[in-house]
Amino acid sequence: MSITAAVPAKTLPQHHYLNATYGIRSWLLTVDHKRIALLYLASVTFFFFIGGFFAMMIRLHLLTPSGYLLSADTYNRMFTMHGVAMIFFFLIPSIPAVLGNFFIPLMIGAKDLAFPKINLLSWYIYVIGGAFTLYSMISGGLDTGWTFYTPLSTVYSNSAVAPAVIGVFITGFSSILTGLNFLVTIHTMRAPGMTWFRLPMFVWAHYATSIVMILGTPVIAITLALAGMERLFGLGFFNPAMGGDPILFQHLFWFYSHPAVYIMILPAMGVISELIPTFARKQLFGYHFVAAASLAIAVIGFLVWAHHMFVTGQSTYAALAFSFLTFLVAIPSAVKTFNWVATLYGGSISFDTPMLYAFGFLGLFLIGGLTGLFLGCLGTDIHIHDTYFVVAHFHYIMVGGAVMGYLGGLHFWWPKMTGRMYPEWLARVSALILFVGFNLTFFPQFLLGYLGMPRRYHVYPPEFQVYNVMSTAGASILAIGYLLPMIYLTWSAFYGRVAGDNPWPATGLEWKTQSPPLTENFEVTPIVTWEPYDFHHRPDLGLDPVSTHEIMPAHGDD
Amino acid sequence: MHRTGELYGQFKTLEQQKESASLGMWIFLITEVMFFGGIMLAYALNRHVYFPAFAAGSNTLSLKLGGFNTVVLLASSFTMAMAVWSSQVGKKTLIPIFLLLTITLGFVFFGVKYVEYSQKFHHHLVPGKKFDIFFCVNNPASCPDVAPDELMEEAKLLDEAKAADPDLNSHAQLYYSAYFGMTGLHALHMVIGAGLLFWLLKGSLAGRFTPQWNTPVDIVGLYWHFVDIVWIYLFPLLYLIDRHK
Repeated sequence: MSITAAVPAKTLPQHHYLNATYGIRSWLLTVDHKRIALLYLASVTFFFFIGGFFAMMIRLHLLTPSGYLLSADTYNRMFTMHGVAMIFFFLIPSIPAVLGNFFIPLMIGAKDLAFPKINLLSWYIYVIGGAFTLYSMISGGLDTGWTFYTPLSTVYSNSAVAPAVIGVFITGFSSILTGLNFLVTIHTMRAPGMTWFRLPMFVWAHYATSIVMILGTPVIAITLALAGMERLFGLGFFNPAMGGDPILFQHLFWFYSHPAVYIMILPAMGVISELIPTFARKQLFGYHFVAAASLAIAVIGFLVWAHHMFVTGQSTYAALAFSFLTFLVAIPSAVKTFNWVATLYGGSISFDTPMLYAFGFLGLFLIGGLTGLFLGCLGTDIHIHDTYFVVAHFHYIMVGGAVMGYLGGLHFWWPKMTGRMYPEWLARVSALILFVGFNLTFFPQFLLGYLGMPRRYHVYPPEFQVYNVMSTAGASILAIGYLLPMIYLTWSAFYGRVAGDNPWPATGLEWKTQSPPLTENFEVTPIVTWEPYDFHHRPDLGLDPVSTHEIMPAHGDD
Repeated sequence: MHRTGELYGQFKTLEQQKESASLGMWIFLITEVMFFGGIMLAYALNRHVYFPAFAAGSNTLSLKLGGFNTVVLLASSFTMAMAVWSSQVGKKTLIPIFLLLTITLGFVFFGVKYVEYSQKFHHHLVPGKKFDIFFCVNNPASCPDVAPDELMEEAKLLDEAKAADPDLNSHAQLYYSAYFGMTGLHALHMVIGAGLLFWLLKGSLAGRFTPQWNTPVDIVGLYWHFVDIVWIYLFPLLYLIDRHK
């Protein structure tokens, strides 16, 4: 007689947010934060693959030193549209608008965000902004670089700048509304017992991110509005021919766009802070410090913008101050990294897919962060400014950090979002493919940059070809690493094994409700009586009834 | 989410709902401060670099119209505050009266702004190819709304400014970029505010606002006061501080 036959097969709950109502209207007019998160998931994935297509064109073009594939002008458009699509329409909304939207109310025990209609509005604003930008792309694209530097963007460029600037301007308001909604929700909607220091680190990270969103995004909005009016109506703030100052544009632009880097990385750090305790079966080391580090990054992040402008001829004293402040960002980042590693120490570690992404994040963020210090250093920056070193550095942070965090979080919470598990082994393999492909793509770019290959050029000297071939080969592997999860995650949403309420198990409040959750999230408002990430005093997790003994790793059967 | 009376489903109590709404509005106002902050920075920088042109530009504005509008807006803030107060103490008939007064004052502001803008248009003071800060001085017949002695004064000031800054015309254009950018954004905010006031008017005529629940009046009031405060900064920046040396 088989023993397994005695275990009843898990089934999906009868009522959940996915089958509460049906029809296209029930999705397009939904105010349920979980459905809006899925709307965002679909839209950011769309832009991710658009941006990915442009990236592929860039890498294919750079296979040969003279670049056979694209004309110089088209090449400029390709890297610009790659940046615009990836930064404004994928990285910035990805974790906050998808995972944050879905899980912040669940994690704090609320029925929804404080302003559900504003949440839906933010998605529509995103879509409208995206439509303008898509229009720019299909009407020939723009060639200014994603930074829209003036007066190229306002006077000299003959490409479709105006619709893209309008699109990015509009999309900014979706980010502002998301940040506003999160801040209010975290302040006023916490369940009884969910004190500030019981909040999951994911929520702390989003709190810090939201502060950056509401303080930074309005500044890029007014900056792009002025640049747009300059292009369309001839206002002169940034036009030197009229006495305006292009450096002013750069200051205003980076006042947002540097903190925007933290909009991208802080939520990923929040995800990692959830993954590591869960798969190491240990309480997060230094909870208060990790939370404070998020806020510190948000605050210091606003004081470093001019390190993008060391070679613009700004005052040496200003550059010194900005260099020093840039080094300060490394402190809270290191606090986080060391705390994650300390959490792993002595833990009961399991190598499930989300944890593989977390490990990938740790290594890649470390390299990306430390090379950031090379760039923040005045002397070395002169040497490697505007080279592939910079490209490699920020891809290690943005792709190695933010996208790894996003995919790790997506795998971790997929069973909660859909009620079904993804295929574990395929997922592990694709995480490895992604890691290998990523490093092969971007590590050679550090060398290229150090040797002097400038960014944004469509040709390069023949001696750089070997690194470029490696990079292009890596990009092809990377593409497979992205396509695989998209395929198997979609498949598993319909045909995967039913996951149950808490498959890992993990400690957060989101795992205390059914998978997929009800539209109201919880049947009754939960009352929180436990500390965050505490596996020892949680008999409900079924890990070990005797709290003093060593507890089972996640998926003890592997 | 279901709604029970005025309580939306995601909230447990009206208090929690009110707290969320007003915190949300305050955070929104912070974003507005940052938004106007960007253009004020552009103004401040250019004023520092091109002071003579900015002083000259400032002198072409009508202090009378700007001053009148300042009084109108301050009065509208008073009537708005009275509307909020009426809703808090339950004087239901007073709410729509004060809202209507606020709307009326808002439209008086728009009217004066229209007069100002069209003057600038006729005086060739809108940034663009036809911009000419000397237009009225050189063509007094085309500017019948400026008194001859004012024109004399203006001509003297412009000559002095021209001596200090040979490229006066293009730098004055920056001043007018700031003028239209800032007052235009401010006016846009007023239009949105007027729309919100009409929405409140409808609600107050239906008797929706009570001492127990008047959040919309409260937070639209916050918004309206904020828009006033922006003007309280714009008026001295654009009209006053450069008038006298």
